[in-house]
Amino acid sequence: MKPEPALAEGFPDLSGMQIAREPHWFRWLSAALITLVLAAIARAFANGQIEWSYVSRFLTAKVILEGIVNTMVMAVLAMALGIFLGIVVAIMRLSPNPVLKTVAAGYTWLFRGTPLILQLLLWFNLALVFPTIGIPGLWSARAVDVMTPFLAALLGLGINQGAYTSEVMRAGMLSVDIGQYEAAQAIGMGRLRALRRIVLPQAMRVVIPPLGNEFIGMVKATSLASVIQYPELLHNAENIYYANSRVIELLIVAGLWYLLVVSILTPLQMLLERRFARGTLQLSR
Amino acid sequence: MTKPLVAIRSVAKNFGEFQALRSVSLDVWPGEVMCLIGASGSGKTTLLRCINQLAAIDAGGIWLDGELLGVREQGGRLHRLSEREIGRQRLKTGMVFQRFNLFPHKTALENVTEGPLQVQGRKSDEVRAEALELLRRVGLSAKADAYPAQLSGGQQQRVAIARALAMKPMLMLFDEPTSALDPELVGEVLAVMKELAKSGMTMMVVTHELGFAREVADRVVYMDQGAIVEQGRASDVLGTPREERTKAFLSAVI
Repeated sequence: MKPEPALAEGFPDLSGMQIAREPHWFRWLSAALITLVLAAIARAFANGQIEWSYVSRFLTAKVILEGIVNTMVMAVLAMALGIFLGIVVAIMRLSPNPVLKTVAAGYTWLFRGTPLILQLLLWFNLALVFPTIGIPGLWSARAVDVMTPFLAALLGLGINQGAYTSEVMRAGMLSVDIGQYEAAQAIGMGRLRALRRIVLPQAMRVVIPPLGNEFIGMVKATSLASVIQYPELLHNAENIYYANSRVIELLIVAGLWYLLVVSILTPLQMLLERRFARGTLQLSR
Repeated sequence: MTKPLVAIRSVAKNFGEFQALRSVSLDVWPGEVMCLIGASGSGKTTLLRCINQLAAIDAGGIWLDGELLGVREQGGRLHRLSEREIGRQRLKTGMVFQRFNLFPHKTALENVTEGPLQVQGRKSDEVRAEALELLRRVGLSAKADAYPAQLSGGQQQRVAIARALAMKPMLMLFDEPTSALDPELVGEVLAVMKELAKSGMTMMVVTHELGFAREVADRVVYMDQGAIVEQGRASDVLGTPREERTKAFLSAVI
């Protein structure tokens, strides 16, 4: 057996030596600059024409609290409608039936292609087109009575959301391997059962991050319903400042509430993601 | 007189210009273990998929247990069956895929119980007991609550076999069940299949494992370019092939 060859000279043993801390000069410098800018902004606002006492007084005013409740009720209901429509339309879009496919594509085209505020105004003013609505011979009512601000906002926001959600859902379903459909078919499942039991639960994992995005968008989009007299947060804040002229103070109140709600939603989304990540190896967070 | 469990008559299947199957006819008898061999693109996988109706045939007919698959003859014409009827026919066959296709969001046990509970609508405690027994049979009692991602390829494929068996099929179709496995995991899957063959199950196995074919198969069918070239006892086809194409294939594989 050959002896171990001797190691060459000039390459010292570095084990046991520590790695020195880097000074990170640029981090310190940038932090200092940002602090200065923030301080300047804070000072400007403190000296500006803002009566902060109004902000704190109206932050928990009854009308504002009612507004945030209405905002959340509308956001949740409209999102639920949007997700329901989104799933149905995505399934239609992926079906082999050309009629269903075309109808689904047409729906997405129409409601994504026009501004949301215009759709809200159209729903609210539906009575101008159809003074009475109903099912001939069974039931009818004056459209003005039926199309309340609540219903108009729900239909406007929900149907618009459905058009966007359908594309998110379709992407999720397409992300599931074709072998999963085949395995489901091989144990005798029909198309719809395979979608419900096998494909959609796997698609959910993929669609929750974009849906969380959409829901945050929805919370803020409800403010558009102020133009059709739905008493949500912004609408109520506006009503107060029409009376007391504290415009900026009340806009800040509304802004703080929107920020708070969105901040609460983010950890909720994480919980949901974990629920649907069953069986997958977690990616590093 | 016994009848074949599967009767395939003049079946053709095209993918666009490509003829995957050209007038294939074949009988599979109850209790028979048949291995289908051949190069990729020879049509052996397509033949299995046609029997399981994952692919619809373009011509000819396949009868399973005496029943014509996928279509109904009426007034001199063939009418396609509804999705529901095709689903009912599929229950007579169990399919094992090359890439396992376990449901990743369900545990091993839930994968096995999904079909009996959801499709057959059977009682849950009875199904659960049967599923645990099937998992024991494939040697995975300890892994009932594991998710597919926590199992090795060989273990996943054994769960997939248990999932197919849970539907109590008359015929088991294996589509290259060991091709996606690391070499050291092939044996455990083949062992489960051998045990299944011994129990009398009718099996059609698309495989490159000639050792398995030699040991277990009652009949070996060699396919090339969408047609059956040669078939017979495993020792004959693999040992003393008559056709030049079979000889060339075997010498390339071994």
